[in-house]
Amino acid sequence: MIGLEHYLTVAAALFVIGIFGLFLNRKNVIILLMSIELMLLSVNINLVAFSSFLGDLVGQVFTLFVLTVAAAEAAIGLAILVCFFRNRGTIAVEDVNVMKG
Amino acid sequence: METILLFAPLVGALIAGFGWRIIGDQGAQWVTTGLLFLSALLSWILFLGHDGVTEQIHILDWVQSGTLDTAWAIRMDRLTAIMLIVITTVSALVHLYSVGYMAHDENFRDNESYRPRFFAYLSFFTFSMLMLVTSDNLLQMFFGWEGVGVASYLLIGFYYRKPSANAAAIKAFVVNRVGDFGFALGIMALYFLVDSIKLDDVFAAAPELAETQLTFLWTEWNAANLIAFLLFIGAMGKSAQLFLHTWLPDAMEGPTPVSALIHAATMVTAGVFLVCRMSPLMEYAPEAMNFVVFLGASTAFFAATVGLVQNDIKRVIAYSTCSQLGYMFVAAGVGVYSVAMFHLFTHAFFKAMLFLGAGSVIHGMHHEQDMRNYGGLRKKMPYTFYAMLIGTLAITGVGIPLTGWIGFAGFASKDAVIESAYVGSGGGYAFWMLVIAALFTSFYSWRLMFLTFWGKARGDKHTHEHAHESPNVMLIPLGVLALGAVFAGAIWYGSFFGKPNEVIKFFGGSYGEPAAEMVEAVAERSPKASELHYVMESGPGEAAIYMAPENTVLHEAHYVPTWVKLSPFVAMLIGLITALWFYIWDPAMPRRVAETNRPLYLFLLNKWYFDEIYDFLFVRPARALGQLLWKRGDGDVIDGSLNGVAMGLIPRLTRLAGRAQSGYIFTYAFAMVVGIAILVTWMTIFGGAN
Repeated sequence: MIGLEHYLTVAAALFVIGIFGLFLNRKNVIILLMSIELMLLSVNINLVAFSSFLGDLVGQVFTLFVLTVAAAEAAIGLAILVCFFRNRGTIAVEDVNVMKG
Repeated sequence: METILLFAPLVGALIAGFGWRIIGDQGAQWVTTGLLFLSALLSWILFLGHDGVTEQIHILDWVQSGTLDTAWAIRMDRLTAIMLIVITTVSALVHLYSVGYMAHDENFRDNESYRPRFFAYLSFFTFSMLMLVTSDNLLQMFFGWEGVGVASYLLIGFYYRKPSANAAAIKAFVVNRVGDFGFALGIMALYFLVDSIKLDDVFAAAPELAETQLTFLWTEWNAANLIAFLLFIGAMGKSAQLFLHTWLPDAMEGPTPVSALIHAATMVTAGVFLVCRMSPLMEYAPEAMNFVVFLGASTAFFAATVGLVQNDIKRVIAYSTCSQLGYMFVAAGVGVYSVAMFHLFTHAFFKAMLFLGAGSVIHGMHHEQDMRNYGGLRKKMPYTFYAMLIGTLAITGVGIPLTGWIGFAGFASKDAVIESAYVGSGGGYAFWMLVIAALFTSFYSWRLMFLTFWGKARGDKHTHEHAHESPNVMLIPLGVLALGAVFAGAIWYGSFFGKPNEVIKFFGGSYGEPAAEMVEAVAERSPKASELHYVMESGPGEAAIYMAPENTVLHEAHYVPTWVKLSPFVAMLIGLITALWFYIWDPAMPRRVAETNRPLYLFLLNKWYFDEIYDFLFVRPARALGQLLWKRGDGDVIDGSLNGVAMGLIPRLTRLAGRAQSGYIFTYAFAMVVGIAILVTWMTIFGGAN
């Protein structure tokens, strides 16, 4: 029987993979976006799992909102990325260190 | 009227000090001088019309904190009235005199305006002094006490381009701090015990204080004695008594009018005034009073010996002042406060005049102060000569012996002091010291006269050719003071040193019959004085001065043996004849005596080596300590630690923090996640802050 804890485990695993995707990736900004997407999705799994577990539809409604926002975010992120590539000629994460003190 | 009298000098000082650019040098001079003459006039009206009854005039509330309630108030009684005329009269005359004396001064450049400053300081000094003598509580008195200290500092250091003047000013200020410390402790002790520093409350509590014990410096003391002693320490500083006297001769660096006003007539007598003002307390402090007598007599003797050999005309008079202040303290110490005030009163006139006369000589001799370069000035400066002659006759106490009062001012008052000292000290130490000091006084005063006005002109020929009499504006004050020096003693003899009933009435007290056993005791002690009719009946603080009923010194002083009465006069004659012998008949004599008694001569010339001893004991250790704190404490510890933190530690920390700022987004994200992980762990394991 697949219970709540299985969903939560998958979500946590996905979240941690997303995080490590953020840290360890030094090459490509697109992978960063993908990692963020992954983390959002893991949260969505959490929301849906709890929604079904508690019998409350609000969680699933909220998931739809998160998906919408995630799509918008991905669009804006890619747009920024395109602008960035036009300016700098690269999208390697290691070159993005304008904030260095 | 009292308010106008008191604040006129302050107004003058403010106008001259801050408004001189508008009213000009001349304006500043005459405004301050005019206001001072107004003050002087009012105080004479007040003095002559005063009936001796103490009255208080409230001006404004001052410090009110807890049980401490201090008002700015005037205490108008005989003691205040006497001080008022002394201060305002001498101050007004000194203002007038300064118009002439300060007209040109080579210590300042041509386009510099120094006179308004001088007059503003003088007026400010007068105001502070008036505050001191009119105060109704000890805090206001302390204000005046410090105010005159500041004014004295400013005026001694008036020639601020001269390093010696600056050093003298600082010395005066610092030495006075020592005394003020004692004074402040005395005030605090009074507040501690009486819970008030109003004079009335303090006086009323005096009998009780005599019964109280107080622990101070790990020792049990009688409260009245301790407080009287502490207050006297303050008086010692201000009045330049032995051990705290070293500032007074150096203070002669100031302009001569300043010496006449501050360091002869008024400020230095503040200590005597304090002892007389606190007489209700002093009467209950016999041990402290013995100390006052002892120190006063020692000072009188010490200063007189040093005065014998000094060559600077102003220093001779300065030591003479120091010595005369010792006389006053002896009188106050044996319990005849009226006589102390009497000598203060007459001394103010003749000493101010001697100083102003010396100033006139210095002025005429182009700021030459060494008496060895004077001589034969009698013809060149006749008026100054006569004034100085009167002053000398007054200070040496010339008069008709055994009459008591027919003579110059100093005759009446000094003989009164010496006779009182004979009774008060039982014909012992104080009496003999004062008589010997009288001999020395006569010698150095006449020595000054002979060196300056008699003989042949010595020193720079050019200076002597140009020696001239001073302008009238300087001679008029001399003339007025000469009147005081001649008549002040004879006129007020009865009021200050007459029969006890006269004196008590003058000071606003009531007198009554003495107790029978008192009469017997007095008769037994001195058979001639058996007719004791009156003793003071007013309680402490009811009259301007307080003399306990057991205090019969004033009465007995009139009945001392004839040889005692004659002794000051004989001492004066011996001094005069010796001076004549040394400086007129045989001018080579002083040199011979100095050579044969060289160690003694050097000992006196170097003022008993007091300055050297103090230099060794206090100045150098203080300097070494200051050096240590400066180099080691400030330089190494404070600067070192600050530099270490600012230049060593902080850069290291910033480099460390800078390394954390990689600029990569993933580093920051990692830090955030680690932080959240730690926070969550902490929350789950320890339950957070709860």
